[in-house]
Amino acid sequence: MSGHRQPLLMLAVAAVGVALPFVIPDYRAQIAMLWALVIMAQTWDITGGQTGYNSFGNILFFGVGMYASVVVQRDVGLDFFPGLVLGMVVGAGIAAALAVLLGSMILRMRGHYFAIATLGLGIAAGEIAGGWDYLGAGSGLSPPLFPAPPGTANLFFAYLYFGVAALVFVALAALYRTRFGLALNAIRDNEDKAEAMGLHTGVYKVTAWTMAAFVLGLVGGAMGNMLGFVDPRDTAFAGATFGVWMVLMAILGGKGTLWGPVLGAVIFHITQELLWTHLLGWQRVALGVIIVGIVVFFPQGILGWARTRWPARHEHQGHGSERA
Amino acid sequence: MSAQLTIEGATKRFGGITANEDISLEVPEGRIVGLIGPNGSGKSTLFNSVVGYHPVDGGSIRFEGREITRLRTAEIARLGLIRTFQQTHVFVQMTGLQNMAISDAEAGHGLFQLMRPVSAETRERAEALLAFCGLYGKRHLMAGELSFGQRKLLELAMALMVRPRMLLLDEPTAGINPTLINGVIERLQRANREFGVTLFVIEHNMRVIMSLAEHIHCLAHGRLLASGPPEALRNDRRVIDAYLGAR
Repeated sequence: MSGHRQPLLMLAVAAVGVALPFVIPDYRAQIAMLWALVIMAQTWDITGGQTGYNSFGNILFFGVGMYASVVVQRDVGLDFFPGLVLGMVVGAGIAAALAVLLGSMILRMRGHYFAIATLGLGIAAGEIAGGWDYLGAGSGLSPPLFPAPPGTANLFFAYLYFGVAALVFVALAALYRTRFGLALNAIRDNEDKAEAMGLHTGVYKVTAWTMAAFVLGLVGGAMGNMLGFVDPRDTAFAGATFGVWMVLMAILGGKGTLWGPVLGAVIFHITQELLWTHLLGWQRVALGVIIVGIVVFFPQGILGWARTRWPARHEHQGHGSERA
Repeated sequence: MSAQLTIEGATKRFGGITANEDISLEVPEGRIVGLIGPNGSGKSTLFNSVVGYHPVDGGSIRFEGREITRLRTAEIARLGLIRTFQQTHVFVQMTGLQNMAISDAEAGHGLFQLMRPVSAETRERAEALLAFCGLYGKRHLMAGELSFGQRKLLELAMALMVRPRMLLLDEPTAGINPTLINGVIERLQRANREFGVTLFVIEHNMRVIMSLAEHIHCLAHGRLLASGPPEALRNDRRVIDAYLGAR
């Protein structure tokens, strides 16, 4: 995407985002889910794509946000909307704090070792939540009812997630244009060299993961309310669904790019919605086939593939605009 | 002339192998000093110890009067002591200009200093240094697309971007074609002269090191074998034996 086309594309996507819930009102729940998935892919890519640290544990932050939000709504005694906002912010805060704590320990591990260390995070959290009475143990928690006629809830969540996704996109576009973005790329390309040049790689890695965790906490915080129930393994720490999907979507679209995760999430969600109903009982198999297909045919993702296919169009730019 | 880098009794062991044994030498400020020796004589190990990549098992290392024996790589780099690698280390999926921009130590490495776009000053200095290294025309190419020799030059440009006090260069001309070698020598001499950077150079190519260095240290089997000006070392029986394998 070249410099002058970028704002146009953003405007077009924004227009679609605003209009969509009214163009196809029957699909508001799916639209809300679409934007939530976009955010998950975007945030996964901060460490996974830009920094080269593949995390399989980001679902932890999502689940923590979900639980924290519903617990705040249950115990603080605010009205629905103030309670939800406070819950989301508290959830995001706890998720970010966890990222700082865990990150400063396991982000010292390089490459595959880090990836393997993160594998256990979501599973462990699911086990803990499933055995903790304060969090409803195995039966989970029920968020308060949405205080408006049915149907409006999905409209609300569709716009909420669209708003967050748009904000995250703009924030990341700005972030990747700073020298911090370059520092993350430098760590991805050659961490030893980055250290030899005097960069504080440890601090940057933890910061990047914390940013992802904060946003994922927000996303999870609203998701409990949208889905209507919080289950330790099926919705909150859902490693086999959301946890895998966020990795998959970023890789499918093209990791390490600004638009890749967005594109990947859109394609993944539409494919999933179109096919899943016809593949009853075979969804997991289909997902497996998709993963294999992506790894074999699009190891660089769709945008990465396009960039190799038509290199001339992408000359002289990193993620869009002219940056040094 | 005062010593900028002082190594005293440096010893480094890997298991049962002693890679460096009781090495003491000095690198005076503003000079070009060479470090030679046959393969496996411990030159790169000594460099790694100096820049804190692995700590020494014994002895001490001081840089500009400051004890750096126990400091970590990044901390040492921030003091202005920068190394380049034998195999080139550049950021391959970033453009030449981006490689330079992230190497700008003056723009700062603090988290908040990083949270802004590349400044015009950084960009200008990056472009000037890329031009100095003959890479201006390739500044928008991904570093991974450059030839080996060009990557070595980019690595030199990145090191100069830090405004280093001293550069530790590990075989700056290895694997480069003979025509480009002269270009590298000339640029190293200019960097030393114009930017006042002290150079401490590992080199296998005798022609290169003899014309570049004012003073040379020779290692063999992990020990300091001989030191002196190039002419003296060229005729030193022990050095010749070490290289030819007589012992």
